[in-house]
Amino acid sequence: MTSEPVDETPESLPDDAQVASLLEPLDVGIELALASLQARLARDAQLMHTLDIAYRVVDSPLGSLLLAATDRGIMRVAFERENHQDVLQGLADSVSPRILHAPARLDAAARELDEYFSGTRRQFDLTLDLRLSRGFRLSVLRHLPKIAYGHTESYAQVAQAAGSPNAVRAVGTACATNPLPVIVPCHRVVKSDGSYGGYLGGTEAKHTLLALEAAA
Amino acid sequence: MRSGHQGETKEPFEAVVQAQGATVLRVCRAVLGLHDADDAWSETFLAALQAYPALAPEANLEAWLVTIAHRKCIDHLRARGRRAVPVDQPPEQVSLLGIPGDRQAELLDAVGKLPPKQRQVVAFHYLAGFPYSDIAALVGGTPEAARRAGADGVKSLRALLAPASAMARSSVKVDMP
Repeated sequence: MTSEPVDETPESLPDDAQVASLLEPLDVGIELALASLQARLARDAQLMHTLDIAYRVVDSPLGSLLLAATDRGIMRVAFERENHQDVLQGLADSVSPRILHAPARLDAAARELDEYFSGTRRQFDLTLDLRLSRGFRLSVLRHLPKIAYGHTESYAQVAQAAGSPNAVRAVGTACATNPLPVIVPCHRVVKSDGSYGGYLGGTEAKHTLLALEAAA
Repeated sequence: MRSGHQGETKEPFEAVVQAQGATVLRVCRAVLGLHDADDAWSETFLAALQAYPALAPEANLEAWLVTIAHRKCIDHLRARGRRAVPVDQPPEQVSLLGIPGDRQAELLDAVGKLPPKQRQVVAFHYLAGFPYSDIAALVGGTPEAARRAGADGVKSLRALLAPASAMARSSVKVDMP
C-alpha cells in the first residue's frame, strides 16, 4: 500500500481525483434520469421529424428480432445471427445515422408479429418501406406476399411470377437478402424437390415458420 | 467504440446517446441544477441529432456535444436572468435543490452559489475533461483565467461543503498530516 500523498497547499491546483469525488453526488439518480430522458428524446425526435430510423428488439420463437422503421414504414427485420449492432451500422451507412431506440413507432409491427407467432394472424397489415431493395429483387419481394399463408412456391415458380423465368438463382439471392423476413414471407419459397432450401434465419427457423403455418 | 469504424461511416446516433449521455447530464446538472439540466440535456441531444449527419466523421463527439450543451445551458442561465424581474410568480429557485438534506442537494446548492463562469469551468474541466485552452475558447478569456476560475470554483466548493465533508470524514479512516 502507498502512503497518503502530502497535502498540497490550498493555493495549488486542485487534484483531479479529489475534485471528482467532491462532485460525485451529481451522479445520484443519473441512470433513472437518463432512461426517462432517452424516452423523451425519442418522442421529441419523432415529433420534430428528425428521427430517420426507429428501432426496437422483440422476442420471438426464432430468437430476438430487431425491427427498424422509417416514417414511411417498416424497413428491416433482422435475426440475432445477423448481429443487430452490425445491422444498425449498415442502416446508418446506407440510409441515415439518425437512428434511435424508439419502440413506439414499431408497436403495430410488434403486435402483428406476436399474433402471427401465436397462430392468430395469417397476413400482415403493415406499411412497408422497401427502399433497401431494387430491381429484380424488389419484384421478387413484391410477389412473395401473394403466396398464401400455409402454402409454398418453388424458386422457379417465383422466378416466373416475378417476370424472369430463367432467373431462378436470382430469386434465391432475393430471398437470401430479403430485408423483411417473416413479414415478407420468403420462408414460403422452397426447392422444387420439396426440400427447404436456405434461409437467412437458418434452416431451422424456416422449418419452424412452415410448421407453424401448417398447424394453424 | 468510435475507432471501430473509419472513413465516411458514422455510428447510429443511439450509440452516441449511450456513450455520451451521462457526461452531458453531469455537465448540465453542475451548471444548471437538477430540473433545468433535464431540459438542457433534451435540447442538446435533439439539436445534435438534427446536425449529426453533417458532422465530420472524425469529429470528437464528446467535445461536440459538450459545446452544444454549453450553448443550451447559457440559454437557460439567460432565461433565469430574465425571470429575475418582478413577476406574479416567485422565481423557480427550487430547481437548484434535490431531495432536502442529501449530499446531492448540498452539492447542487454549493455549486449554485458559484459565479456561472466558475461553474462552467469546473464542469467542463472536471466532468468533461476539457483542457483549459479549449474551455477558454468556449467561455472566453485566456486559458490562465480559466484555470484560475476552475481553481477558485473548487476552493469555494470545498469551503461551502466543509461541514458536510467533515461529518462524512468522521466515518472513514484518513491520515491527518
